Amino acid sequence: MNSAALSLAGETLIALPSGALHWPAKGVLVVSDLHLGKSERMARRGGALLPPYETIETLTRLAGDIEATRPATVLCLGDSFDDLLAAEAIEDAHRDTIRRLQAGRQWVWIEGNHDPGPLDLGGTHRAEVRLGALVFRHIAEDGSPPGEISGHYHPKARVRSARRPCFLTDGRRLILPAYGTYTGGLDWTTPVLRRLFADSATAYLTGSRVLAVPVPRAA
Amino acid sequence: MADLPPAFTDWFVSRGWSAHPHQIEMAARAGSPSLLLIAPTGGGKTLAGFLPTLAELADGEYDGLHTIYVSPLKALAADIRRNLSSPIEEMGLPVRVEDRTGDTSATQKKRQRADPPHILLTTPESLALLLTYEDAPRMFRGLTRVIVDEIHALSESKRGDQLMLALAELEAMTPGLRRVGLSATVEDPKGIAAFLARHPDPCPILFADPGPEPDISMLETAHPPPWSGGGAAYAIPEVMAAIRRHKTTLVFHNTRAQAEIFFYNLWLENDEALPIGIHHGSLAREQRQKVEAAMAAGDLRAIVCTGTLDLGIDWGDVDLIIQIGAPKNVKRLVQRIGRANHRYNAPSKAIIVPANRFEIVECVAALQAVREADLDGDPRGSGPRDVLCQHILIRACRGPFDASAFYETVRTAGAYADLTRAEFNACLDMVATGGYALRAYDRWQRLKERPDGLWELRDPRAARDVRMNLGTIQDTETLKVRMKGRQFGRPLGEIEEGFAASLVPGDTFLIGGQVVRYEGLREMTVEVTRRADKKPKIATFNGTKFATSTQLSQRILGMFRQDDWPDLPRHTADWLALQARVSHLPRADRLLVESFPHDGRQHVCIYGFAGRNAMQTLGLLVTRQMEMEGLNPLGFVSTDYAVLIWGLNQVIDPEPLFDARDLRAAFESWLQSNAVMKRTFRASATVAGLLERNWGAQRRTGRQATFSSDILYDTLVKYDPEHLMLQITREEAMRGLVDFGRIEEMLTRTQGRVDHVILDRVTPLAAPLFLEQGRVPVMGEGRERLLAEETERLMAAAGLQDVA
Repeated sequence: MNSAALSLAGETLIALPSGALHWPAKGVLVVSDLHLGKSERMARRGGALLPPYETIETLTRLAGDIEATRPATVLCLGDSFDDLLAAEAIEDAHRDTIRRLQAGRQWVWIEGNHDPGPLDLGGTHRAEVRLGALVFRHIAEDGSPPGEISGHYHPKARVRSARRPCFLTDGRRLILPAYGTYTGGLDWTTPVLRRLFADSATAYLTGSRVLAVPVPRAA
Repeated sequence: MADLPPAFTDWFVSRGWSAHPHQIEMAARAGSPSLLLIAPTGGGKTLAGFLPTLAELADGEYDGLHTIYVSPLKALAADIRRNLSSPIEEMGLPVRVEDRTGDTSATQKKRQRADPPHILLTTPESLALLLTYEDAPRMFRGLTRVIVDEIHALSESKRGDQLMLALAELEAMTPGLRRVGLSATVEDPKGIAAFLARHPDPCPILFADPGPEPDISMLETAHPPPWSGGGAAYAIPEVMAAIRRHKTTLVFHNTRAQAEIFFYNLWLENDEALPIGIHHGSLAREQRQKVEAAMAAGDLRAIVCTGTLDLGIDWGDVDLIIQIGAPKNVKRLVQRIGRANHRYNAPSKAIIVPANRFEIVECVAALQAVREADLDGDPRGSGPRDVLCQHILIRACRGPFDASAFYETVRTAGAYADLTRAEFNACLDMVATGGYALRAYDRWQRLKERPDGLWELRDPRAARDVRMNLGTIQDTETLKVRMKGRQFGRPLGEIEEGFAASLVPGDTFLIGGQVVRYEGLREMTVEVTRRADKKPKIATFNGTKFATSTQLSQRILGMFRQDDWPDLPRHTADWLALQARVSHLPRADRLLVESFPHDGRQHVCIYGFAGRNAMQTLGLLVTRQMEMEGLNPLGFVSTDYAVLIWGLNQVIDPEPLFDARDLRAAFESWLQSNAVMKRTFRASATVAGLLERNWGAQRRTGRQATFSSDILYDTLVKYDPEHLMLQITREEAMRGLVDFGRIEEMLTRTQGRVDHVILDRVTPLAAPLFLEQGRVPVMGEGRERLLAEETERLMAAAGLQDVA
């Protein structure tokens, strides 16, 4: 198996090599920071004309994970779109793909800082979601009780010479890697990120298979 | 103008000089639309270029810009300004000369556009920048001459292509423009002439007297050089002695890092505290200027330097050139040697210092080539299209343009003479829309075609971005280095971002000849202190690494055919003899492959002699084949002559790895997905304006806004494999870093004749490779296995083995 099981507030969760999180007990698939429409937004703002293929690439990977896990619920942890205009400008073909993925299951868009309003794309729109012992939101909150799952930071780990997007957890909180194709990363030891976790924390590296590694203590 | 005016002849006489024949000839042919002068260093080349301009300006009737002088170095422009001031002042000429480079102040630049001097000294980038302004036609009105200095150096890079496109534009603005090229000795003068002239006009070539043969030798040292490395620290006492015996010495190095280490070691040995300075491209500008000024004043006995001093700055009294490390390329060596003894008709004196055992062989081969005046070089390819894309953006900044007229102008640059209209249109389309099969940016195009058929920027404010991204020099991301607590003090210099990332507080490194201690990163600045108590790590600079030329490699292989080596020092001859005894010496017509275990890993050493870039490519290709055969390669390292691969399994039969057809096929599919291509993509996409210059750099707050350009490359390969940018990337990689041409050359001369020698230990010729820098990991099954082991070990060490 290329995935890795991890435990948060007593629940067993599966970190997938793609950067998605599967919660088999509840039939939930979680992805964070899709940043769909990023190239369109950059062009609109007069920046570089990047290859406009990140939306199809991200959705294709997501379709693969949905196919493999057959979830009853899909939670998108915010920053699903690079901004609200990008969500509006999304091509019809991609809109259809999203509709197809939503068919027969619950789909929740959690608000992110990039997409802080409702989206006209099916599914429900929430600031945060509670399911059993777990709470799902975009940005980790100080003082949150155990069981918080969030995104936002795009954590990336460095082991030997490899740099990989990763899940970070200390058993109390979990931060997901960015799932979107055009997304950068924040080093796992950056203070703003590292301070969110206990001294003893574990990173689950994405890649061809998920690898667990201890997070270095704060620099 | 037929000859020099009397005032000039009088001036030469008053200085006790007489004009060189080629200076008089240049003046006599000043009316020629283009003219190339080939002269050795010290031949009064620059003055030869300027004399006609000064003569034409002498009567004071001329108003406005008359001559643009372009040099590849900012420092050279400033130096020429100083040098021109003496004839101008002494003859009382009413001529205004100013320079304009990246170092010129904004106020000065603005003034120059409104009120240009008679003679403007500049660089290709600053000239391109001037062409982005709407008022360019006004500024350049009346321009009649362009002097391109060190054209041999410019012609070797994209900077030269950019310059020639700019000259085509200038020509279109001011018809009748005369071009003058000044070049050092080169192997292909006709090629340079065609590069310079307006296509298809002819370009006459003047050859100056090459002067006497240089006095050049290899350094003899008490101790033999080490087996590996490029520092040549072993030679410090002899180099110090040579500096002592001469008035002024230039000590050339192939890389900045080596220059730093050498300078540091030289000072440890400098008991008499002789004034010795250091000069290279990563030092802060103020620091470099200080050294240049000291040198010009004759205050220094030696300068440790890199290629930044390769070109024309007139140091006057240099009487010795020392080249540390094998020269890689005979032509460059000859040009460097020319830096000594600027007095015309005095022989230049130079000493070559091999940095390691293998380089002794290389140096001896290079010395033979110099004596036989056997220069090397590769023919110039056609004009790169990423540069053309940038040129289109530059044109668009200046205002609306007609595509057909612009296309015709572009083709007057020799390198772009064969550009088809379809190729041009594809570039225009990529600049305008991104050129994607999925036409996603109709609303956000960069360039728009107006109803009247002219093209213009959709948003004129975009001109600012174009200016900021202008140029073809590819910098790696660098960070400034400053003393802690001196935010506004002078930076000491710059180091590569990758190197900065590898530092932890307390680490020490060398910069500008001093050892400093890394304290931390503050904003975009590396903060250091002088509390250096550890042996320095070495700063890694982005020094261009030149591959040993084909001609020089052939000479070396030729030397291996000898039975003994009277030209080589005893220790080196013994080394080769030992290699011949335990294995073989490589031959030009066969491919030697050695297999042996070492330090718990299996090793394969392939002696391809194809130059460092091609050997790197060969390493990537062969490890890929090995990966497919389940041999679990872990990494490799390459030099100009060999590639050493290590892995988990032994190679039993290497012959299939070198099957020409398989290699070519592997090459095709490999090209899609390798690091060299991604690096090349990033460079070319930046030049073409598809990426912004500092793309992907981790910016100060560590915000995750930018991502690796590798992702863009992968996405493009997957969804738009025919995209123009991928074609350009491939072209670029083939001629530069990938250098598959030389692998082909290797395959042709060896014809599948592989000599596989299996041994139980490292061979004499392979041993130095173990000490080489620049190991390349192979990201395959073997490494995935080791990474998994490493993460398990770390988890176990943390007492967490049951978590995963």
